[in-house]
Amino acid sequence: MTSAERVGSSILTAAIPAAMLICFFVLPFSIMVAVSFFERVQGAFFEPAFVLSNYERFLSPFFGSVLATSLLLAAGASVVSVAVAYPFAWMLVQFRRRGQTLILVFVLAVLSLSEVIIGFAWSSLLSRTAGIGNLLAFAGLVDAPRSYTPGLAALMLGLCYLGLPYAVLVIYPALSRLDPAIPEAARMLGASPLRAFLGTVVPLSRNTISGALILVFVFSLGAYLLPQLLGRPQHWTLSVHITDQAIFQSNLPFAAAMAVLFLMISLLLVGVSMLLGRQRS
Amino acid sequence: MNAAWFRALYTGGVIAFLAAPLIVVAGVSVNSQRSLVFPPEGISLSWYAELFVQSDWSSALINSLLIAIGAGLLAVAIALPLAVHAWATKSLLARALFGLGVAPFMLPPVISALGFMVFWISFGLYGNMLATVVSHGIFLVTLPLVTISIGLADLDELMIEAAQTLGADRRTVFRTVLFPMIRPYLVSGFAFAFVLSLNEYIIAYMVAGFSVETLPIKIFNSLRYGYTPIMAVVAVMFAAISACVFGLVGWFGNLPRLLGAERT
Repeated sequence: MTSAERVGSSILTAAIPAAMLICFFVLPFSIMVAVSFFERVQGAFFEPAFVLSNYERFLSPFFGSVLATSLLLAAGASVVSVAVAYPFAWMLVQFRRRGQTLILVFVLAVLSLSEVIIGFAWSSLLSRTAGIGNLLAFAGLVDAPRSYTPGLAALMLGLCYLGLPYAVLVIYPALSRLDPAIPEAARMLGASPLRAFLGTVVPLSRNTISGALILVFVFSLGAYLLPQLLGRPQHWTLSVHITDQAIFQSNLPFAAAMAVLFLMISLLLVGVSMLLGRQRS
Repeated sequence: MNAAWFRALYTGGVIAFLAAPLIVVAGVSVNSQRSLVFPPEGISLSWYAELFVQSDWSSALINSLLIAIGAGLLAVAIALPLAVHAWATKSLLARALFGLGVAPFMLPPVISALGFMVFWISFGLYGNMLATVVSHGIFLVTLPLVTISIGLADLDELMIEAAQTLGADRRTVFRTVLFPMIRPYLVSGFAFAFVLSLNEYIIAYMVAGFSVETLPIKIFNSLRYGYTPIMAVVAVMFAAISACVFGLVGWFGNLPRLLGAERT
């Protein structure tokens, strides 16, 4: 028995958190899976049953287009965020520790901003009176200021804004662990900084990049308010429809079935990204 | 263009992109009129006072703070024994529990939100603030769990051994050696959970949104009825709170290390 074991190995220390997690996390998820087979009751929440009709609705063309929209939007946001965040994270690693901390504080602050605030801020920035529209008109590039929201471009911009700080924080630790002697060696042998970066850092962190792409993809899939604040109804994603069914259509069983599907997709993707992370270390 | 210039330009560009909406919102929040105009027309801080004066906004502020404090404390209370147990035994059970603690945070929040919603409906607490606090606490348990585990991994086991050799029992070792050494990690875990609970929307909304209005819910609800600069005030305040909290963590602790960087 090590000294650590003697301090914290009592089964009691784990019992309370285990009970809490099972009661408030495993149980809710189990109930949700059960509800996905229940029947909807008008005027109430749901009624125990075993029907597959909630899952059958996935086969409709409408649901297919919702799923395709969600996946495409998340994929786009993920690729753009990682493409911008990767070089940024590499440059961040080169800063002195004080500078790194300062930038990380800023990135964390942006990351923790509520989606409501991000949506509101971007709709102000893209509005006719308080942002880019004004600026362009002032610079004489357009005749009159106009609004750039809602629309697909505004939504994409918002999703990238959401994904970028997350991507930075996913990529940064892996790059900071990379041995700086390797790109340095490439530089000594006469490679330009760009070539040293592309020839050593990028290939060495290939798994980091794929892992980050997947994690940011799952993270963007979770965006719920931005599609409503910056997009049009045809841009509503799975997250929006789940809430819409649960709260406004009061069809909890169908919402639960969608959430179960969503859970499966996310678990699969997160599992793949963890495998990639294991290969890395 | 040489490398240093390019680096400054690129990092500066990304930071400017991240800062742009915040700058506009900060400008909008000091407008003297109730209008969405930037640059602001007339500087006035009256909207900052309105947040505390208008009762529907101030009650949302109080709800948000109560929930965030409660959820942060709960998350730490669950994470501490779990992290200590996982660190001490490294058993399969401990690792499974650890995975369970990290899971909610890795999944899209709407899934957990719906899970919590059907759970609280089944147990009759749907619409109660307690439901929001517990749901947030469980959802955010990941953060203290990760920070405390990092703290424990850095711990020098010889210190514990020394205490034990000198005759300290389990409780004394925990109280006098282990706890003081991981306290900073405990505090940063609480800080992370606090800030994220403050900003969290979807779980709070689905669990009790119609009866317990938090500030993010209040902003979204009022967006439907048009614009008020108080929204911008809240946005500025939240950004400032996050920056302060993370700034303090970075000042007193090793933020790069907390985020998983090793070579610093």
